[in-house]
Amino acid sequence: MTEISPHPAVGEAYSPATDAPAPATDTSAPAQAREVFVAAGSRRTSAFTRWRRRLRWPLGIYTTPVVILIVWEILAELGVLGPTYAPAPTAIARTAAQLWRQGVLGPDLAISLRRAAIGLALGLGIGIVTGVIGGLLSSGENLFNGIVQIFNTIPILAILPVMIVWFGINELPKVLIIAFGAFVPMYLNLFAAIRGVDQRLVEMTHTTGAGRWRLVTRVIFPGAMPGFLVGLRFSLAYSILGLVAAETVNANSGIGFLITNGQTYLQTTQVFVGLVIYAILGLLADQFVRLLQRVLLQWRPSYEAS
Amino acid sequence: MSTASVTPARQQAGALVDDVVRRFGDRVVLDHLDLTIADEELVVLLGPSGCGKTTLLRLLAGLDRPDGGTVEVPARRAIVFQGDRLLPWQRALRNVTLGLHGPDAEQLARDALAEVGLAGRERAWPKELSGGEAQRVALARALVSDPELVLLDEPFAALDAITRRRMHGLVRALRQEHHAAMLLVTHDVDEAIALADRIVVMSQGRVDTSHSVTLSAADREASVSREDLRAALLADLGLAN
Ligand SMILES: Nc1ncnc2c1ncn2[C@@H]1O[C@H](COP(=O)(O)OP(=O)(O)OP(=O)(O)O)[C@@H](O)[C@H]1O
Ligand SMILES: [Mg+2]
Repeated sequence: MTEISPHPAVGEAYSPATDAPAPATDTSAPAQAREVFVAAGSRRTSAFTRWRRRLRWPLGIYTTPVVILIVWEILAELGVLGPTYAPAPTAIARTAAQLWRQGVLGPDLAISLRRAAIGLALGLGIGIVTGVIGGLLSSGENLFNGIVQIFNTIPILAILPVMIVWFGINELPKVLIIAFGAFVPMYLNLFAAIRGVDQRLVEMTHTTGAGRWRLVTRVIFPGAMPGFLVGLRFSLAYSILGLVAAETVNANSGIGFLITNGQTYLQTTQVFVGLVIYAILGLLADQFVRLLQRVLLQWRPSYEAS
Repeated sequence: MSTASVTPARQQAGALVDDVVRRFGDRVVLDHLDLTIADEELVVLLGPSGCGKTTLLRLLAGLDRPDGGTVEVPARRAIVFQGDRLLPWQRALRNVTLGLHGPDAEQLARDALAEVGLAGRERAWPKELSGGEAQRVALARALVSDPELVLLDEPFAALDAITRRRMHGLVRALRQEHHAAMLLVTHDVDEAIALADRIVVMSQGRVDTSHSVTLSAADREASVSREDLRAALLADLGLAN
């Protein structure tokens, strides 16, 4: 799987363990080391294993966040964390509900979502079209690769001032920032994924007499799908980053405005409401791509952690 | 580099390789090689590793062009590669229909899979197939287009002895159905004797010797003439002692 992210060293890439386990050179205990495998569940379990199994991650990946929330709540109730410093999760929820009833949160959320949706649609659309052209045609590569590589080195925050100078403080610069954040990783990952499709399979396809259309739809696109989904994941993450940046620097509506407003009037709880909403958006985006991966990549013999 | 052109067949030949030269840099891999495969003939190509067997097969498949000489093959041809080369993201059936068009494509593919003993496995992903099953899907994919020439590059090399014998039976059965010329590359002298109408041995970039095999099915299993042929082939390969 080829993965390119606009920022170096994002966790996804892993290197397969190349060094095989060293052969046992210890000759003092040769025949003793044995392993026995039986059907799962039929083995007699120790008290410890039973206890561990019962305690086993009841909420999946949400276990750790929930534990943190509970600890946070307790610390806040005990007064260890001051309300202006880090308000209790329940207080944040209450404030969120209150803001919603006051008719503040709903419209702000809608505005932020609309910005994200338009920006994403724009960025992903351009990223996919240019990525496919660049991946399939060498002239496309020459046309797009240089400029995207340059874009890739420019942080989102750095182009924000230019956007404001060019387009003022209306919706356009915000949407463009989000689109920019989504476009770059989509292009880079899609390009690399298309070029990374196994050449032996392409060659095999030619020998079956399949035409160019078949090659693209049945070999290149499905083969590039894993890389495309990695790109989608980065695109969603960076578009949310772009949303936060655009809304925090200048906005008179939206979640970012809610946060800046809370900061101005020392309403820490309101700031946290905004942060939590951003976090939930990010989480939902990630879960969406994971779902897509499960559906679209079921052909892949992949590692499943036990 | 010479280009492909369609010419009327000069004779009823499965394939015609005439004075072909192929170089990689300074290395001459095919050195004025000649080989004719008759209609419906199964030729087995034997030769030591690195002698240019795959190179010749790629020329016949049209995946590569000669540096000299001519290669004449039917337009309807298929190749089975050393590995199965299945598309991991397509189920068995869709792997077989890859080069097919038209409304009856799916039925043809079903029939081809049934022919190689995989009826009912149409919806299996390649990762769910055993090595022999995957190789049989690759065989079905090659045969489904009803080719006049089938090129097989060590198709059963990765299989165990029992599965390989089953595959030999399958190839013999398929030859009754499909009247195609076949060129099969192998390292295995016994495989060559089991299947071939003719065995050619390659060395130093040329076809060195050619043995016609006229043994009956039973004689191919065990007979004096089989052992003579085996000894002769081993001698050709420089393995006699
Ligand atoms: N694309 C290439 N570039 C350079 N050299 C090549 C290329 N393809 C093949 N060769 C060389 O040509 C020679 C013949 O290769 P080929 O693959 O035809 O061998 P082979 O007879 O199929 O061997 P094996 O039985 O091991 O598969 C080898 O020495 C190889 O190094
Ligand atoms: Mg080879």
